[in-house]
Amino acid sequence: MQAYLKLDHIDKTFTRGSATTEVLKEINLTIDKGEYVSIIGHSGCGKSTLLNIVAGLTGTTNGCVLLENREVNSPGPDRAVVFQNHSLLPWLTVYENVKLGVDKVFAKTKTRAERDAWVMHNLNLVQMAHARDKRPNEISGGMKQRVGIARALAMEPKVLLLDEPFGALDALTRAHLQDSVMALHQKLGNTILMITHDVDEAVLLSDRIVMMTNGPSARIGEVLEVPLARPRKRLELAANSSYLKCRQRVLEFLYERHRFVEAA
Amino acid sequence: MSMSMPAMKTEATAAALPSNAHAAPVVTMMPKRAPRTETYARMAREAAVRVVPPVIVIALLLVIWELICRRAGSTLPPPSRVFKDTKELIFDPFFDRGGIDKGLFWHLSASLQRVALGYSLAAVAGIALGTLVGQSVWAMRGLDPLFQVLRTIPPLAWLPLSLAAFRDGQPSAIFVIFITSIWPIIINTAVGIRNIPQDYRNVAAVVQLNPLEFFTKIMIPAAAPYMFTGLRIGIGLSWLAIVAAEMLIGGVGIGFFIWDAWNSSHISEIILALFYVGIIGFVLDRLIAGLGKVVTRGTVAN
Repeated sequence: MQAYLKLDHIDKTFTRGSATTEVLKEINLTIDKGEYVSIIGHSGCGKSTLLNIVAGLTGTTNGCVLLENREVNSPGPDRAVVFQNHSLLPWLTVYENVKLGVDKVFAKTKTRAERDAWVMHNLNLVQMAHARDKRPNEISGGMKQRVGIARALAMEPKVLLLDEPFGALDALTRAHLQDSVMALHQKLGNTILMITHDVDEAVLLSDRIVMMTNGPSARIGEVLEVPLARPRKRLELAANSSYLKCRQRVLEFLYERHRFVEAA
Repeated sequence: MSMSMPAMKTEATAAALPSNAHAAPVVTMMPKRAPRTETYARMAREAAVRVVPPVIVIALLLVIWELICRRAGSTLPPPSRVFKDTKELIFDPFFDRGGIDKGLFWHLSASLQRVALGYSLAAVAGIALGTLVGQSVWAMRGLDPLFQVLRTIPPLAWLPLSLAAFRDGQPSAIFVIFITSIWPIIINTAVGIRNIPQDYRNVAAVVQLNPLEFFTKIMIPAAAPYMFTGLRIGIGLSWLAIVAAEMLIGGVGIGFFIWDAWNSSHISEIILALFYVGIIGFVLDRLIAGLGKVVTRGTVAN
């Protein structure tokens, strides 16, 4: 079977003046359609760089990203990003923020009324339709992130890229939003690539967890399949043995074999 | 339901019901009116807090001025003399006896027209150049040193050169306004463009906005607070420059009015003109600030 999204021998080197730093080394990863894959690693290991490469916001030094067997090397709505700090445009309302992408992506294929309905449909998916005329500074952090997700979903991306989407939220809001993302994934069957540094989040949400070694020259250390049936329930999983095993496995990788030296 | 049943049966109760219904709104009007007068009272108090202190200070200053300049042999007139001398100018700003013997309205509007033209040109050119310098590293490297030197040249130093080039007072004055107010607009716009968060650029890239859409939908709104800072400094500078420029080029205009009053030893008229120049400068500044507030609504508070 052909891979849906393929990261093929990706190296990334940053050059600043005469100093060069190798951030990523020999990254190979294939993701199937509808799969939810998390990339986990200590901060500074280059996982955000990797996501930016898939998004096309950063170029590769070697290797390439293939989406449905076609190379992608510039950003586009087929790989919509949910940014860590929401990145909503503060001068636009919630509705206009989502509409910005919709108007570009469906300029030719949808009428004005259809686009409007599509924006509202996506705001409904994340339960934010009630705030359509609010500006980002009038809604909470969790709500902003919901709108960010709606903006990305509304572009009908082939791959949804989540860059630590829950990192800036408090624990309760985070859990709530994780459940929402799980429900959306269940309902829409998106292919999702998520960056995270939260072990529980990775195990709860993912089909596979990609664990990265510490940089410089970070590589994929281990890939873990999460054999948990969906839909998953947070409370039931707390005592589930395979959930705990997966969690244990990731923790061992991160804190025993690849301890973050600088943090000690 | 039980209420409406008897109303349908007898006319007497039916008539009684509407009067009851009338009575109800009257009762509710009463508590509504009370807080309204309260809010008026609060607004009046707030206004008083703002208005009373400056009024007291101005009155005090006028008294001191009056006392100092009342003595015989004083070089400047006291406020009472100023008012007596300029009564005609104050109460009839619209007279026009041909030439430069016009009411203050005509002088001020001539100056404002020059400022409007020169400043508008500066705003357009300044925002365009600022965008270029903010967006392109090479444009910045090439142009920024030039801007930094040119912006230190005093407005009036440009006047002889522009008179030589245009051979006429009117375009020269407009050019001086333009060249004075353009620098803060360029520099602030460039800073605003350079400070657009990478996140917004990433959003634009993912959505695939074309350069024109990026300019109108991301750049302008994101940099607007900075642009308006520049525009506000610019309007202040251009009002400073016009008075000085008009003193030299002559004709109709508030600057020349002041110079002419000096030549005819009408000191009171100079004082009146200064008062108007100050008020109009203040209004222009508030105007641009207010416009900025409307345009950048939502952008500043993030």
